[in-house]
Amino acid sequence: MIIFDNVWFKYGDGDYILKNINITIKEGEITCILGDNGAGKTTLLKHINGLLKPTEGEVYVDELNTKEASISNLAKKVALVFQYPERMFFTESVWKEVEFALANFGFEEDIRVHQIRKVLNMFWLWEYKDRSPFTLSGGEQRRLAIAIALAWDPKYVVLDEPTAGQDGFQREILIDIIRNMVYREKTIILATHDIEFVFELPECRIIVLNKGEIIYDGSSVELFNNYPELLIEAGLEPPSLSKLIQTLRKEGKYVVFKNYDDAIDKIHNLIRGGECNK
Amino acid sequence: MHLIEVKNLSFKYQGTNKFVLKNISLSVRNGEIVILAGPSGCGKTTLARTLTGLIPQFYKGEYSGNVLVCGYDAAKTPISDLASCIGYLFQNPDNQIIMDTVERDIAFSLEYRGFTREEMRNRITKILKTLGIEHLANRKIDTLSGGEKQLVALAGVLVMEPKMLLLDEVSAYLSPRSLKRLISIIKLLNKEYGTSIMLIDHRLDLFVKVADRVIIMYDGVIYQDGDPQTIFKNLINKKLGINIPTIVKIYERLYLRGIRIDKIPLDHIELADIIN
Repeated sequence: MIIFDNVWFKYGDGDYILKNINITIKEGEITCILGDNGAGKTTLLKHINGLLKPTEGEVYVDELNTKEASISNLAKKVALVFQYPERMFFTESVWKEVEFALANFGFEEDIRVHQIRKVLNMFWLWEYKDRSPFTLSGGEQRRLAIAIALAWDPKYVVLDEPTAGQDGFQREILIDIIRNMVYREKTIILATHDIEFVFELPECRIIVLNKGEIIYDGSSVELFNNYPELLIEAGLEPPSLSKLIQTLRKEGKYVVFKNYDDAIDKIHNLIRGGECNK
Repeated sequence: MHLIEVKNLSFKYQGTNKFVLKNISLSVRNGEIVILAGPSGCGKTTLARTLTGLIPQFYKGEYSGNVLVCGYDAAKTPISDLASCIGYLFQNPDNQIIMDTVERDIAFSLEYRGFTREEMRNRITKILKTLGIEHLANRKIDTLSGGEKQLVALAGVLVMEPKMLLLDEVSAYLSPRSLKRLISIIKLLNKEYGTSIMLIDHRLDLFVKVADRVIIMYDGVIYQDGDPQTIFKNLINKKLGINIPTIVKIYERLYLRGIRIDKIPLDHIELADIIN
């Protein structure tokens, strides 16, 4: 469990970047943090692995208080994949890139080999194991960065803007990877302003940040159906299906879309002239 | 006259053994807004580099075919001369901004081209106003946010008054708010100054409403070229790795269920009209 207990944060004498953050994240949950650039998303994520400590309040990762725990102890539990993680590659092969992370945590060679095999296969990267990471495509590099983060089997996986600069294939693969990780009992926390991506992950619990404050914490269905104005307030564009819901309701057709497939069923019915079921 | 004319262009980077561009031909007219889309690694950025002369003048390799930009041969004309025909906005503004303050950065290319002080002043004032960033004129670059830097880099490109603006995957670096602003700037430039725009981006969903034409590249060739309606009709059920707008994806799914709609809706308003 991850707990943010009355967390406030500022750099030096600056303004507060996080204001009164209270969140409890349970194991196995997917949490999506939405907000404009500068809303405090990355600052919040950095509190989870102890890179930043609250100015006031506490952050707990399981039994560890991040103010007291060492970064290496936190890193074993929490993997943080930064925005543009590919900029951090530095070894000459994909294999070595993963191995470096494992060696850092002091894993024995046989375990290292086992884990490298496992994650490279899981992320469709096995065939590239001897290639330089710099020769991979952008999407493959992003996958490698996530594979590295999972290599030491952390319980919590934190992803900052995983879809930035990624094409349609890669976005679909990312959705599969995230679902797969949850299936393997990982807890996922991701920050993004890619609303259409979040709409395709309806199981996400959504937290909307605006200027350092939480203005929404709840289900994605509730947010996209009933509170799109909160997204606008936070400087985000509601997903197009959310806008469709609002347009149809204004025209007297009350619809609720529970997810993407549900939306298609209901639009199908409406076009055929059938009654829309709530 | 065509602003851009590419004929039978092929290119392979030095030290590699795969052609990134394979016999490409295309042309862009004055005043067109074109999206060039395609999955990562399909050759979009390489094509952009040939239009700006960076290929073959800076990036070496095996080059064949012809690229004419405002009538000049892009392979032989100095890159700085081509810049007054095509303004190229890079993916990452940090790679584009070179001076320490906003005004000096925008003045840089004018100074280099030998403009008079008065002309420089006029052009800079005009462009700051067009982009709505007059208040940033004297700011130091390192105090700007990412979105502001992108606008400054854009000002540096537009101050040369290019006939065409080439935007290379700028969506990846911009927040939704900055993106909205960029889209309104694109419309303004196109309408007021007749500037042609080429958007290289796999986020078709973001830009399709402003585009006259969509070009899809796939594995080094032009796979599709036409207006958005035609393109989306041709793309039904093809997995190309392009971000299709959600509303168009809904259309596709309905199509596969046997529902026939004459005109493909491009946004929620058009879909709502169809439903009614």
